Amino acid sequence: MDTSTLAPPITPADVETVVGAPMSYWRTVAWRLRQDPATIVAGALLLLIAFSAILAPVLAPYDPNVGSIRLRLAPVGAPSHLLGTDEQGRDMLTRLLWGGRMTLLAGLTPVLVGFVFGTMLGVLAGYVGGVTNTVIMRTMDVFYAFPAVLLAIAISGSLGPGLWNTLISLSVVFIPRVVRVAESATVQVKSLEFVAAARASGSGVWPIMRHHLLANVLGPVLVFSSTQVSLSIILAAGLSFLGLGVTPPAAEWGLMLNTLRGSIYVNAWVPALPGVAIFLTSMAFNLLSDGLRDAMEIRV
Amino acid sequence: MRGLRKHFPIRSGVLLRTHAWVRAVDDVSFSVEPEETLGVVGESGCGKSTLARLILRLLEPDAGTVMFLGEDLLAAGRARLKRLRRDMQLVFQDPHASLNPRMTIEDAVAFSLTVHGAGRRAARARGWGLLERVGLDPRLYGRRYPHELSGGQRQRVNIARALVLDPKLLVLDEPVSGLDKSVQAQVLNLLQDLKVERALTCVFISHDLNVIEYVSGRVLVMYLGQVVETGTVDALTEAPKHPYTQALFASAPTMDPLRRLERPPITGDPPNPVNPPSGCRFRTRCAYVMPRCADATPPLIPLAPDHHVACYLYDGE
Repeated sequence: MDTSTLAPPITPADVETVVGAPMSYWRTVAWRLRQDPATIVAGALLLLIAFSAILAPVLAPYDPNVGSIRLRLAPVGAPSHLLGTDEQGRDMLTRLLWGGRMTLLAGLTPVLVGFVFGTMLGVLAGYVGGVTNTVIMRTMDVFYAFPAVLLAIAISGSLGPGLWNTLISLSVVFIPRVVRVAESATVQVKSLEFVAAARASGSGVWPIMRHHLLANVLGPVLVFSSTQVSLSIILAAGLSFLGLGVTPPAAEWGLMLNTLRGSIYVNAWVPALPGVAIFLTSMAFNLLSDGLRDAMEIRV
Repeated sequence: MRGLRKHFPIRSGVLLRTHAWVRAVDDVSFSVEPEETLGVVGESGCGKSTLARLILRLLEPDAGTVMFLGEDLLAAGRARLKRLRRDMQLVFQDPHASLNPRMTIEDAVAFSLTVHGAGRRAARARGWGLLERVGLDPRLYGRRYPHELSGGQRQRVNIARALVLDPKLLVLDEPVSGLDKSVQAQVLNLLQDLKVERALTCVFISHDLNVIEYVSGRVLVMYLGQVVETGTVDALTEAPKHPYTQALFASAPTMDPLRRLERPPITGDPPNPVNPPSGCRFRTRCAYVMPRCADATPPLIPLAPDHHVACYLYDGE
């Protein structure tokens, strides 16, 4: 490692070529993620789910909303219907593929919205402090006081069913959570001396936020947000199970669980399928966020 | 430097915490001459770091003025303050917290320059020059992150960052307190060299008397947010006047084991700065306490042209 004794004097050309430069933080995180088998499996599973959802119109063998009365509740492995059919005789494989689109959309979007707006509000509250902080954080506490499920049901219930209303109600659930994490991280980072050093060098608020605060706040917020994805998917599926989400006949895993619920004594395997899909997806997201948390825990 | 005098008569910085007031820095006045090193000593929590932040206007004082090169720092507007800050920089105590863990060393040093409108390339090249000057090969360390460096190396980066703007005044807040003795010496020597090289004016804050003796020309002794004694380093080490200064110097352990201190000259902790004692703040721990000490804070009494002490023992003599 000791090459300093051999190093020739610095020339301007050296400014571009660096000896022994280590990997950047995010590249190190990516490398560490790839070292963890559980993360690899979860990531591969999620890629598969995401691809099958995106490519549902191409992959699905049947129309998701057209059934056949004669072929109702065909068992798993029935000829020409690999995963059977539902109570209206619609192909389950097709509906699971299409349903994944809805469930993933309804699960991921609120967390993404929460991540963006929650970070903005949280960093603002944490950095500015004072009255701004009090107003933002106490408002968030009002939302935080309700259990997530109850809040989502209450908002969805008052807005009425539909995909958009699901997205809105779930975003309202997740923004306050992210704000809390972002705010506490910001307050913690703000008090560190390198922020004071940046101020002492005459830096304004924006460069400090961009280079010093966000870089250190995004990590914990990202990890926290990733843990919320599985919860969001379960909430989204739960809302449509209760009839507050996607409206029939659209395919969505939670809704499918609801409509197939009565058939559980006729053919137990087919109604279980959407549940298995929800379980696998949220499990994979949990494993991935665990891996991300471990990978980002680099001693600094 | 242009023969200007720098005055820092700071009066009363008081930290607000809703109901209670921490009198962290209370009615402190002093001045620093160009190219001088002023040492500031005192126990933990006596307001040294607050003072450093007040000088640079990182904290807004509640009363008092800070004059820098004849200009009132507190009256400066935003743009003017930004310009003035190029001339005054700060080196922090904690080598862990003072560098952004997500920023490479070269970016950390170059950041201040980009704030003042330098191009990325130019800033980086200048940052590299300073890293090399403080003894870190930029080709080896430039793209490293702070956690990959030792405490001494990080403190070198801090010094490079402070000097990259070519400041005239450098405030050093316990710059070597977190370092091993051997590394302390290296960093102190580096600072001494840089000070001469760049004709820096320094305010050197420390609780370590050896360090203060080593670097300072004049010394300011603080107790609980107030100045108790100022004087040249020689005057203070040879004949400290204030009971607190005497006790402070007597507390410094000697290298001679036979001269072991049988009884520490001062005991107990300083009183709470939220509710300091009336009059002289040191009277609760002072061996020479008199009835009048409780009445009013003693003023700084001149003993010699450059030696002042805030103690009634020397009043009217």
